[in-house]
Amino acid sequence: MNSAHPPFDPGIYGPEAVLMKGITGENWRLKDYEARGGYAALKKILAEKMAPDAVIAELKRSALRGRGGAGFPTGLKWSFMPRQAPGAKYMVCNSDEGEPGTFKDRDILRYNPHQVIEGMAIGVYATGSTAGYNYIHGEIWDIYERFEEALAEARAAGYIGRNVLGSDFSWELYAHHGWGAYICGEETALLESIEGKKGQPRFRPPFPAGYGLYGRPTTINNTETFAAVPWIMLNGGQAYLELGRPNNGGTKIFSVSGHVERPGNYEVRLGTPFAKLLEMAGGMRGGRRIKAVIPGGSSAPVVPGQVMMQTDLDYDAIAKAGSMLGSGAVIVMDETVCMVRALERLSYFYFEESCGQCTPCREGTGWMYRVVHRIESGRGRQEDLDLLANVAENIMGRTICALGDAAALPVRSFVKHFRDEFQYHIDHKHCLVGAHAAVVGNKAAV
Amino acid sequence: MTAMLKLDVDGRAVEVPQGATVMDAATRLGIFVPHFCYHKKLSIAANCRMCLVQVEKAPKPMPACATPAAEGMKVWTQSEQAKQAQNSVMEFLLINHPLDCPICDQGGECQLQDLAVGYGKGQSRYAEEKRVVLHKSVGPLVSMEEMSRCIHCTRCVRFGQEIAGVMELGMMGRGEHSEIVTFVGRSVDSELSGNMIDICPVGALTSKPFRYSARTWELSRRKSVSPHDGLGANLVVQVKHNRVMRVLPLENEQVNECWISDKDRFSYEGLNSEERLTKPMLREGSGWREVEWQEALEHVAKRLGAIRSRHGAEQIGALASPHATLEEMALLAKLARGLGSENVDFRLRQADFSIDAKRAGAPWLGMKIAELGALDRVLVAGSFLRKDHPLIANRLRQAAKRGQQVSLIHVAGDDPLIALANKAVCAPAALPDLLAQVLRAAAEARGKPVPALAAGANAGAAAKAIAASLASGTNTGLFLGNAVQQHPRAARLHALAQALADILGARFGYLGEAANSVGGYLARCTPAERGLNARAMLESPRRAYLLLGVEPELDCGNPRAATNAMRAAEFVVAMSAFRSRAIDYAHVLLPTAPYTETSGTFVSTEGRMQSFNGVVRPLEDARPGWKVLRVLGNLLELAGFDYDTSEQVRDEACAPDAVATRLDNRVTGVESGLEAEPAPQSSAAMQRIADVPIYFADPIVRRAASLQQTRDARTPMASMHPALAARIGVAAGAKVRVRQEGGEAVLELACDEGLPADCVRIAAGHPATAALGAMYGEITSVERA
Repeated sequence: MNSAHPPFDPGIYGPEAVLMKGITGENWRLKDYEARGGYAALKKILAEKMAPDAVIAELKRSALRGRGGAGFPTGLKWSFMPRQAPGAKYMVCNSDEGEPGTFKDRDILRYNPHQVIEGMAIGVYATGSTAGYNYIHGEIWDIYERFEEALAEARAAGYIGRNVLGSDFSWELYAHHGWGAYICGEETALLESIEGKKGQPRFRPPFPAGYGLYGRPTTINNTETFAAVPWIMLNGGQAYLELGRPNNGGTKIFSVSGHVERPGNYEVRLGTPFAKLLEMAGGMRGGRRIKAVIPGGSSAPVVPGQVMMQTDLDYDAIAKAGSMLGSGAVIVMDETVCMVRALERLSYFYFEESCGQCTPCREGTGWMYRVVHRIESGRGRQEDLDLLANVAENIMGRTICALGDAAALPVRSFVKHFRDEFQYHIDHKHCLVGAHAAVVGNKAAV
Repeated sequence: MTAMLKLDVDGRAVEVPQGATVMDAATRLGIFVPHFCYHKKLSIAANCRMCLVQVEKAPKPMPACATPAAEGMKVWTQSEQAKQAQNSVMEFLLINHPLDCPICDQGGECQLQDLAVGYGKGQSRYAEEKRVVLHKSVGPLVSMEEMSRCIHCTRCVRFGQEIAGVMELGMMGRGEHSEIVTFVGRSVDSELSGNMIDICPVGALTSKPFRYSARTWELSRRKSVSPHDGLGANLVVQVKHNRVMRVLPLENEQVNECWISDKDRFSYEGLNSEERLTKPMLREGSGWREVEWQEALEHVAKRLGAIRSRHGAEQIGALASPHATLEEMALLAKLARGLGSENVDFRLRQADFSIDAKRAGAPWLGMKIAELGALDRVLVAGSFLRKDHPLIANRLRQAAKRGQQVSLIHVAGDDPLIALANKAVCAPAALPDLLAQVLRAAAEARGKPVPALAAGANAGAAAKAIAASLASGTNTGLFLGNAVQQHPRAARLHALAQALADILGARFGYLGEAANSVGGYLARCTPAERGLNARAMLESPRRAYLLLGVEPELDCGNPRAATNAMRAAEFVVAMSAFRSRAIDYAHVLLPTAPYTETSGTFVSTEGRMQSFNGVVRPLEDARPGWKVLRVLGNLLELAGFDYDTSEQVRDEACAPDAVATRLDNRVTGVESGLEAEPAPQSSAAMQRIADVPIYFADPIVRRAASLQQTRDARTPMASMHPALAARIGVAAGAKVRVRQEGGEAVLELACDEGLPADCVRIAAGHPATAALGAMYGEITSVERA
């Protein structure tokens, strides 16, 4: 397991970068982070003996919302922790980034790990927790190893451990790597996995804030959320809020992939028009026409390209466009894409990654995949389209965790927005668009 | 008293306690919410999603099993939203479920089948390939042949984790690849495993012995009571064509809850075994002749009369199995006494009878089984708890999870699968001293004078820890297991436990070994002062023996002495449901009916008198034991044998309302009486530790073919601490020749670090060890065979 970090493309985060400001690709170590003003927020809080409630109030002012996908207000989440409860309490960082299209947490941990550590330290301080865990996706081993190195640095420097920087604040932080199961990114499955069990979501209630890791009160946030915390504490919640829009504070890293000239991570202010992000990413590859965008990771509903071009990138605007900002994974598809084939690929992912615990998802994901697969391979039936939509409907809202919805939403939206293409597949037994059309069409001809 | 929550289910008001779920509220109203994964005795999984209901203000349907009831909540279980959700879940459950109901063992008693009628469609919309899940072999009891039927409710997994106390099944794989498996190829060995078959809502886990032998609607269901351990589990015996086809639990929250042990469930195979004795037989020269009952009983009466007049009635001994019915034991005792003999006993494995005359009543559990869970401190002494009392172990297992502190003092390190507070293991001979140490430490902890019994004890750390736990409780129970009852110094152990109970203000009692360990006392099937007890009858051989359901070479505490006594006797009458080794030494074989073919009564260890009827007619010429003894009494012209029903026999022995007055564990005058006991045997000798493995314990289960293929029924080995094996110079796996009291057995040596030093554990109740001596006696030698 050698560390094999790819060459860094400087400036890719864009001029508006806050979280990733000054990142060169090499300056991830503690001394570099401190040189950029790192750990100043933690020092300030400890020196001023800032009240935990004040930390949370600042966070609430910032309108920071969870960057993992659900967009839950972070300050509010932290305030749920029963600070006075005796015994162990945990803060967990969810770095189990496994959603197709999403690759931002990986870069944060690779290039700026100490920012996450500092954010977690502040979180532990504010919530009265005793220890933190960073659960890192199992397929990015090199990043897990780097994070362990960063942890060792922070421990040696006294940012982690007993009496941090001479204060009476003590905490511990552990890195924990998974083995690549998508479901372990679901926060309660992640807790199960840390506990050494099979990664399967727990039903709620009880919620992790009351009964979390090892049955103790636990707060779980995304990597990017923690990374934003030090800046907010240094510059104030108001300043962060003003980076974005009301109710959509701050900047957000968007992982742009698909048919763009320059795929990669871009940090922009929330509310930035999608068209501008697309421009930063070099525009459509080969100057082709945009067909569709999945704006928030593979589980977000697909949005037709022309609608997306009119949409701004914040939680509320994307919701208005009929999708979700999610994890900020923007998958751009051009006119050559067969939407049936794209959905087939997505459905296969959810079929493979369903944990199998509850019925609608275990049975329904396989059903949807098989039907889409049949349509794609020229064996579709007329009733399949309504069936697909209905099966998706029957999964939605009936499962223990959100994976069921995540599997159903793409199906619903693909069939809704691109029904003609599905219909064409059924009628003609081959594809309407792209190189794929020829292949399937030729087969049909033979 | 917690506040009650008021809510509304389907427009009807209901109150439930804080912490109750919507499912509880619906159940309270008698509203059925369809479900598969939910089971009242298991943790909530909420994975099947069948119980989705509509809850006011909730955007999505909620699982009734996992949704906490709340004040003012409004729930609809059959609204459009609820029904739509339930129907769609049913559709999902069925898409991959095979449509093999016509050949499925579960057909007709399948939750999925039943609910599919109400919630499924006539035709499936699923036109894709169905999932195939490979079969697994997990042992002789539970069949996992058709795992494609599994709906992943995980009841079996949770049963293992939570009830059986050992996770033998788990869910491997993700999504559609999920399947129920054992840990790489292991078998399911729990003594409670059969309950997984009951709780499996589909035909994935089925009963291997029962498979394909009958359909559920062909079976008559008849109530009965377990004839095995002291619990008195309530049974539903299912019958077809006058044959017992299957045994299932009859739910009784006070006794067995909704479970039964595998012994109770699968032992019925023994009832149908080839070894059933079906005709009365008389020995003629070296052979046997089948005869009519009249001739057989007249022969018995004549011979007994002759022996009495020639040698005296005290030359007749009567031994009853503790698994015999109360009525049988009462009549056997009455018959012996009618002949003038006081030699009657049922305590076949007991070694120490020195407190017989000092008992205030029949020894029993000392409390109700259902009260075990309410104790906050428990001490169990000398019990192979899991195997001797599977469901009492479960009660303690559940209570320990709620905070009950359970301490165990024992002669072996077997894991009871209970979260123990303390555990101390010592050699059998050291058991009295260890209990004395606890007594002393407890007296000191409670600031009470140290009883004379414990004056010589020097409390070690283990004893102090146990005493500290016990002394910190307010509701304590002390229980003496089978190993104490069979111990050569059982009287002293009893005295110590009684003194400990006095100091702690605790309740104490016995975990009764057999179905009628209490009933035998109530039937007065024990010798009065001048009579011989079971041990004495065998060590001072009699000229004649009446055996009632007893296989002396397997059922007695000293099989060697028992066998010798039988071989030497002039006349042995074996009343038994089975052909047995009695064929070698008996003179008359009388086929008596097992519990399924006779009416009778068992009095469980908690003093619960449970009478039952036969569920099938006696096999061929077999007859209920009480009727045989009644006729024999008539033929011997004894007074008072004119019974018409078994109830008359029972009521004469002990009327149901008199049971409570006859239960009393106290013995008097033991303190001084036991002081002069000899010191424990020298430590240089090897002591035997003899458990009675669960499937060797009585004649029926010994003949249950499937149970005999389990791991628990392996041929006994000579187990010892590795240090002793090293001293003997034999490695584990090698054969050793074990000698005891002039007999010998060749057994495989096994090492077990949980055993005390200088002890050899050799199970009783098996032909391989029947040539050896006393269960807790001295081993003469162990050497390479």
